[in-house]
Amino acid sequence: MKFTSKRIRRMIGGLATVAAAAMVISGCSVTGASTVTGAGGGNSGTINALFMKQAGYSESDIAAIIKSFEAKYPKITVKPTFVAYEALHDKIVTSAPAGTYDVVHLDVIWPSEFASKGLITDVTNQFPASWKTSMLGGALTSAEYKGKFYGVPWGPSTKLFFFNKTMLAKVGATQADVSTWAGVITVAKKLKAAGIVKYPLSWSWSQAEAVICDYADILGSYGGQFTDSSGKLDVNSAAGVAALTWMRKTITDGLTDPASLTFLEDDVDKSMAAGKTAMELNWESTFRDQNDPKISKVVGQVGVSAPPKGANGDNPGVNGSMALSIPTGSKHKTAAWTFIKYITSEAVQDKYVTSSMTNWKASYTQPAITQSNPQVFAAAGTAYNSMILRPAVANYNQVSQILQVEIQNALLGKKTPQQAMDDAVAAANKLG
Amino acid sequence: MKRATRNSLLIHVAAWIVAIACLAPIGYMVLASITPQRVLITTPLQWIPSTFDFSRYATIFAGGADSVGTTFRAAMLNSTVVAIGTVAISMVVGILGAYAFARLRFRFRRAILVLFLATYMLPQIATLIPLYLILNSIGLLDTTAGLTFVDCALVIPFVLWILSNYFMTIPEELEEAARVDGTTRMGALWYVVLPAARPGIFAAIMFAFLLAWDEFMYALIFTSSDASKTLPVAISEFAGRYTTDFGLVAAGGIIAALPPLIVAIIFQRYVVSGMAAGAVKG
Amino acid sequence: MTVASAKKDLGSPLPVKRRKGFDKQGKLAFWLLLPACVAVFGVIIYPMFRTLIVSLFQVNSALASVTPFVGLGNYLTVLSNSDFWASIGRTLYFTLVSTALELILGLIVAGLLNANLKWRWLFRTIVVIPWAIPTIVNAAMWKGIFNAQYGALNALLTQLGIIQNYQAWLADPTLALNMVILADVWKTVPLVAFFLLAGLTAIPPELYEAAKLDRASWPRIFRSIVLPMLVPSISIVLVLRTVEAFKVFDIIYAMTRGGPVNGTATVAYYAYETAFSDQNFGVGSAISYIITIFILVLSAVYLRLLRRSDLSLL
Repeated sequence: MKFTSKRIRRMIGGLATVAAAAMVISGCSVTGASTVTGAGGGNSGTINALFMKQAGYSESDIAAIIKSFEAKYPKITVKPTFVAYEALHDKIVTSAPAGTYDVVHLDVIWPSEFASKGLITDVTNQFPASWKTSMLGGALTSAEYKGKFYGVPWGPSTKLFFFNKTMLAKVGATQADVSTWAGVITVAKKLKAAGIVKYPLSWSWSQAEAVICDYADILGSYGGQFTDSSGKLDVNSAAGVAALTWMRKTITDGLTDPASLTFLEDDVDKSMAAGKTAMELNWESTFRDQNDPKISKVVGQVGVSAPPKGANGDNPGVNGSMALSIPTGSKHKTAAWTFIKYITSEAVQDKYVTSSMTNWKASYTQPAITQSNPQVFAAAGTAYNSMILRPAVANYNQVSQILQVEIQNALLGKKTPQQAMDDAVAAANKLG
Repeated sequence: MKRATRNSLLIHVAAWIVAIACLAPIGYMVLASITPQRVLITTPLQWIPSTFDFSRYATIFAGGADSVGTTFRAAMLNSTVVAIGTVAISMVVGILGAYAFARLRFRFRRAILVLFLATYMLPQIATLIPLYLILNSIGLLDTTAGLTFVDCALVIPFVLWILSNYFMTIPEELEEAARVDGTTRMGALWYVVLPAARPGIFAAIMFAFLLAWDEFMYALIFTSSDASKTLPVAISEFAGRYTTDFGLVAAGGIIAALPPLIVAIIFQRYVVSGMAAGAVKG
Repeated sequence: MTVASAKKDLGSPLPVKRRKGFDKQGKLAFWLLLPACVAVFGVIIYPMFRTLIVSLFQVNSALASVTPFVGLGNYLTVLSNSDFWASIGRTLYFTLVSTALELILGLIVAGLLNANLKWRWLFRTIVVIPWAIPTIVNAAMWKGIFNAQYGALNALLTQLGIIQNYQAWLADPTLALNMVILADVWKTVPLVAFFLLAGLTAIPPELYEAAKLDRASWPRIFRSIVLPMLVPSISIVLVLRTVEAFKVFDIIYAMTRGGPVNGTATVAYYAYETAFSDQNFGVGSAISYIITIFILVLSAVYLRLLRRSDLSLL
């Protein structure tokens, strides 16, 4: 058979007709999903909840919470499912048309995407006004999009600064010396010169959301933001480029472990636990690992503080809060809401503060609670006051992927920081 | 004579190198799985640790609700159910189909066969979302039955290919002799062809088992809870953002590799004869 | 009946008098093939058709209700996207290098498997091992071996004095891709070797004897006897491995997740990201169709080069 252009055109035309006809006949959306509406359902039944396997709330913590919930609401049964963070986003997406889950665990960067694409339920009307003032502001954003609430915050989180006190002491440095990034560099140079550790710093700079989190922290300390007032990405501004230049320089100066480009948070955690890293940015739970003799060689040596300050004294931590939402396709929205309200309640969150931080402001002033995890509470209390948000755009995932690649391009020296960020902004703007 | 000795020596040296290349990475994984985490992250690496740590195996086999053990054991069971189910269904379906291709004459025979083989070329990703919806609508989402169902579609073309090639090498006279005695075609298939096709069938079983055990993308998308998650998915989750340690991944990996290893070692001698007689001969 | 004669029978038109038997056989064949058709085509054809439809629409959400028809727009978007072509380039590199290595090493290992070895059974057992390791386990294992801080490769090379400092093997895009290829090759060489061994054992020993009488050198025997006899096996291995390599996803997902700098983002991974992470289902579907076309073309090219008309060998 010869393919003349006429024939191809006819074939394509035919194909389109068939496709269009199929659409009409099947009478449903092109994805094949019947129109998803979901239903309230009664305040009873079995609800499926999708959680992230995480360092905070463990699976047994959640099992215990569910047990006490079911005792209080005997008509509702909760079936939890746990998936890795890396698989969570895609699992929420693929399960959406089928309405598999009634409660899903969201990262702070997803509400814009999921809300604008109609995957999660608007709960603004059920969201008590008092919560807006009694919850931490940074945590609230994890469930908010364009002034509406699409879930309830559950577990505020930010990256804190961890440093090996014993190593620092060997070069005569203390916590005060590493309260600014400039100080961190000075101390790192001393550590390297003294041969205490080959690479004083390591980071989670692998091609993943992790590198954006670290970049966000540095960007914040330069007083920068991801987007301008109109919501357009402007990381090619002075602060955006300066932050990246600073990151690259720590590599060329031999202060940052080049393997950082393959690291996720846990690798950095492990590196410090192995005594190969003197200072790192990482999530709150890192502290617990550093003091676990089974995996750590630096038990009792690690200090924790809010992220170091930039030249202007800014030190916003990256906002890594999570939330719980109800997918649009859920058939048990009422029961799901009852469960979410319970699991995010102040009493329940207070009970598990050693696992995860709480998003209720009041808890941070109660000594009984803060005493359970004093160092982290002290550091986190400061850090939660100001947090930097990653851009709340509907196509965040694509923007993030562009940024990840361009940041790595600059870190590897394949592009200048300015060039990399110009390219990132250009590519992101093209997405529209 | 001297040249022959030299050649033989050369061949043996080469075989040693190949054997070491095959075993060394696995040897490291085995060592890592019993090296305490604190030793594992030490530089320079201590190849043989001074103390062994079997706690990861204990965690996997006996760990309670809060450990990866529960998920892992569930995944082991799921993988076994899915793999055995897939092999059983694919073999039955495949034997019938392969017999038709090898022995019967019918219209579009060649076209149908090519169509089967062509499905192998389609990327799985092209079927994910529609399949997800189908599985959901028939209540098979997140079940081992559903996964078996979709895995069969991957495995059957392979089985058809291996077996129909093998069946063709079995002299038709054997079968005809049986049929003269009044045996039906199906009877001949069962009593004559199958016993004669043993190597081909074992080769097909091995391929089918390895394929089903290894399948990742469908399992990643179509399963999520302990009720149906298979080992590849469980292991990929060990190595995520909140990993514990390489030793645990190694321990899990070794256990996950054992069933296919056993199958492969038992059946490998049939692979060559099973394939040699049929599939790869012109 | 030998394979060759079966082939001939197929090609020739069937005599008219056998027409009736043909129908009867057709009926039986229908029933015998029905289960396979249902199990395979039932699971694949409808979804493929759905995906084809989706690829002609703009679908930006798993729950999209507004999905404008864009015709071939998604295909044009993909084909004009430099990221897509970069991923195709990487995939071709992955495919060509891994297939070539697997073929060369596979030939050597097949030769050894066929050689007169002491403890041949043990050698065969050892060689089959990498093949049996599940891909995800293989990926995790090599990720551990390549680890920049405590991996075995760094330890080995440093202790042998080959490198001075620990290297971050997966931190450079090109190097990382090669390392992923290495991991893939390690697992796949045994498979290829066994396929080729099957072809080798089919070579009649008399041919070697004759060549030996002629005092032919080994390279000559290899070139004029072994290679031509192996062409069928080689072509099958080539097609199988090319298809697999072009679709590669799981080892990438488990080892590098496409990084660094997208250096290991193959086209199947790119399609997955586009469809599920970016929720661009229309474009993702278009990419998966383009992958299919690439695979068909590559296979056709190989088969043409190897002068074989199809895979079935029937």
